[in-house]
Amino acid sequence: MIDFFKKEVNEYPDFWLEYENSFNEKPTDDLSLVRFVVLDTETTGFDYLNDRILCIGALSLVDRNIAINNSLELFLKQEHYNADTAKIHGILKNGGASCISEIEALEKFLGYLKNAVIVAHHAIFDVTMINRALERNGLPKLRNKVLDTSHLYKKTLLTSNVFKKKEHYSLDELAEKFDISKKDRHTAMGDAFITAIAFLKIKSRLKSKGQLRLKDLLKMG
Amino acid sequence: MKNTISHRVADFLKNFPPFNVLDQKDLETLSEEITIIYKEKDNIIFLENDEPHPYFYVVNKGAVALKKGTDKSIMDMCDEGDIFGLRPLMAHENYKMTAKAHEESILYAIPINIFKPYAQKNTAVGNFLIESFASNTRNPYSKSHRGKLYDEVLEINPIAPNTQVLDLQSVQYSKKLVTCSATTSAKTIAKIMTEKNVGAMLVVKDKLPIGIITDKDLRNNIVTGKYPITTKASAIMVSPVITYNKNLTITQAQMAMMKSNISHLCITKDGTPNSKAIGILSKHDVMVALGNNPAVLIKAIKRSKKIKSIKQIRKSITHLLQDYLDQNIPIKLTTKIISELNDACVKQIIKISLEEMPSKPPVKFAWLALGSQGRSEQLLQTDQDNALVFENVPEDKLIKTTGYFLELTKLINKGLFDIGYDYCPAEMMASNPDWCLSLDEWKKTISHWIINPGTDEVLLSSIFFDYNIAYGDVNLVNELSEHIFETTKKYPIFYLHLASGALQNPSPTGFFRQLLVEEDGEHKDSFDVKRRALMPLTDAARVLILSHSVKSINSTAERFEKLAELEPNNEEIFMACSYATRALLKFRTKQGLLHNDSGRYIAIDKLTKEEKIKLKRTFKTIKEIQELVSIRFKVSNLLR
Repeated sequence: MIDFFKKEVNEYPDFWLEYENSFNEKPTDDLSLVRFVVLDTETTGFDYLNDRILCIGALSLVDRNIAINNSLELFLKQEHYNADTAKIHGILKNGGASCISEIEALEKFLGYLKNAVIVAHHAIFDVTMINRALERNGLPKLRNKVLDTSHLYKKTLLTSNVFKKKEHYSLDELAEKFDISKKDRHTAMGDAFITAIAFLKIKSRLKSKGQLRLKDLLKMG
Repeated sequence: MKNTISHRVADFLKNFPPFNVLDQKDLETLSEEITIIYKEKDNIIFLENDEPHPYFYVVNKGAVALKKGTDKSIMDMCDEGDIFGLRPLMAHENYKMTAKAHEESILYAIPINIFKPYAQKNTAVGNFLIESFASNTRNPYSKSHRGKLYDEVLEINPIAPNTQVLDLQSVQYSKKLVTCSATTSAKTIAKIMTEKNVGAMLVVKDKLPIGIITDKDLRNNIVTGKYPITTKASAIMVSPVITYNKNLTITQAQMAMMKSNISHLCITKDGTPNSKAIGILSKHDVMVALGNNPAVLIKAIKRSKKIKSIKQIRKSITHLLQDYLDQNIPIKLTTKIISELNDACVKQIIKISLEEMPSKPPVKFAWLALGSQGRSEQLLQTDQDNALVFENVPEDKLIKTTGYFLELTKLINKGLFDIGYDYCPAEMMASNPDWCLSLDEWKKTISHWIINPGTDEVLLSSIFFDYNIAYGDVNLVNELSEHIFETTKKYPIFYLHLASGALQNPSPTGFFRQLLVEEDGEHKDSFDVKRRALMPLTDAARVLILSHSVKSINSTAERFEKLAELEPNNEEIFMACSYATRALLKFRTKQGLLHNDSGRYIAIDKLTKEEKIKLKRTFKTIKEIQELVSIRFKVSNLLR
């Protein structure tokens, strides 16, 4: 049984093993040490099965700092192509020389992501899209912890009968509330950046009861 | 690595010196190496005597205070686009000041090793640096120093924005010249002056100033009938013009105006009348530079064409407030003046927002300030609470009309946010569709609250019923008030609920008369002066004044005064309440200014003995008024 398991593991490419190994590090609960990767994907549509990732934008956040030269913007080559989404996202099929294949993108992405905590707006969508891409390439699902700014934002709002919270808050609404410029909205990197700033502002509003820990954040969303 | 964010950063930086002189390519390369840093309010960026970081900083959003010495007096306030922490890097010395986020801020950290080559390569950048390091007369709040390099060694003592050192400041003159030619008619001149809201017009020939016409000249020459309204500028202008160069100090400007008995100076390129006119300096500008005078501030607010300039004025208002409190000016007067100024800010923001709308409002409307702003008790900036009411429209037009006003209120709420009023966490703002209604819709909502007074309805009414018209049609508001009085008379049970709501605030003291502090949460161990002391008074005043059907008195202290007048037998207790309200308000404001927050939570252990006694003295009054309310409205223990 153990042998069988080992054999399976060995079939995975090196970059996946490296990614898995990063989880051997003992996780920290101190928020100033945790590495967050804030990401957004642009896709050809909203169908998990048929739609594909066009672009991944990701930046890392450590101790409330975002180093611009340590960010990731990947454009993926497309076989199927939906003109409608392309219009919104302004990414043309094989538009730039920097378009790479899905597996190449996954390799680069996992190498960047490592064991960071993923932060995204409506994270379930982005994470599922990435997981589907991994699946298509014969790889297991992401192992990272995930935070959703949409859920976290709701925790910053008053709980009062007088005021009804909405079921969902869009990234636009967050940008307006937190006075974040909506420049580059609907590009993966632009949205990732807005999400990152919103996340920082949400985090500062959440620390009401003593020191906020990663555990608390994960419980909330 | 070039990406979307570095573009975004470059896009911001290119508006500010010295980055504005870098070429696009260099700026983008530089931007790629920047780190974006988020700081919560009161977070430290660096401490005095710290070793320099490998970065210097540019404020992207928010404000950073530079402080020095043991008393931590604010030396400088850096706003959007300002650079700080650069000089120590250039001079290889430790930080001379502490930098602390004055508000929630986003900073760009620029690595010095990347930036330095540009400074050496590009003479314009180098000159900018030398120039700003060399200047050591500085006014922390003047625009003339915006964008300069702040972290420099100061030989002079810390300067409050109001002190004499300012006299050496070069003056901020108006660069938007309003000019005419020698042949322009007096009528046209007067028209333009009215339009541009200026007190003087410069007469130019080939861009050289040849004369000046002020309000006074028009009055003396035209209105008196001495000259006809068609007279040409050349006949009535004062000539030659008194000219100076732009490095004129405030003191020099004052002297020049007094010496020649004039109200306007012309600023020319080389200071003589033989060079191009570049600006005009009025007595008003001098007064603004000299600082805090409510009349000047009001005028400045009314002249503001941009939200951004109102934000600057807001800062002066806060300083004025600080001065008033320091000088122990009666809180009654202070409250009035500051409320007037806040009110003027709100009005101006509404005006600016209206101009931004694609069309005029389809019907009449009124902007209502709610809560503490409605009661004119807002000395410090807190959250926004506001609503909008518009004239009734036929049913088929309602959706479109509501749509218009929602668009308008969104602009106004954003404007208020920009000058420092945070969004209301419970969305009690006019841009919320529930708080932007037609008169009939409001009447329906209010009737619902009064007829079904559950906890929520009472809470909503207690926030809403303190409304005060800030802008718009007063008749709409009067009609709303009438409706409230009529409905409450029909359903007197509402008073009972409002009164019991007024008694539900937690008690300020415990069994042993010790101050009760918050037991957990962010404000553990501090005293909630708003909920435990001010709100019981405010709530009591509201229900009592409503039961007397008195409208348009909103301030709690004034309500108690009115009540004392209406019920002479209770005069003593009502006057005590009025006094207590003012005392608590002053207390809260002082605390708020001290800590740069809303002043709501007070750290008890930081209070002096005298302050504690003062605070406790008001509690006796609170207890007495709560008893009066309880008996008058027959609030049974069951309801409480």
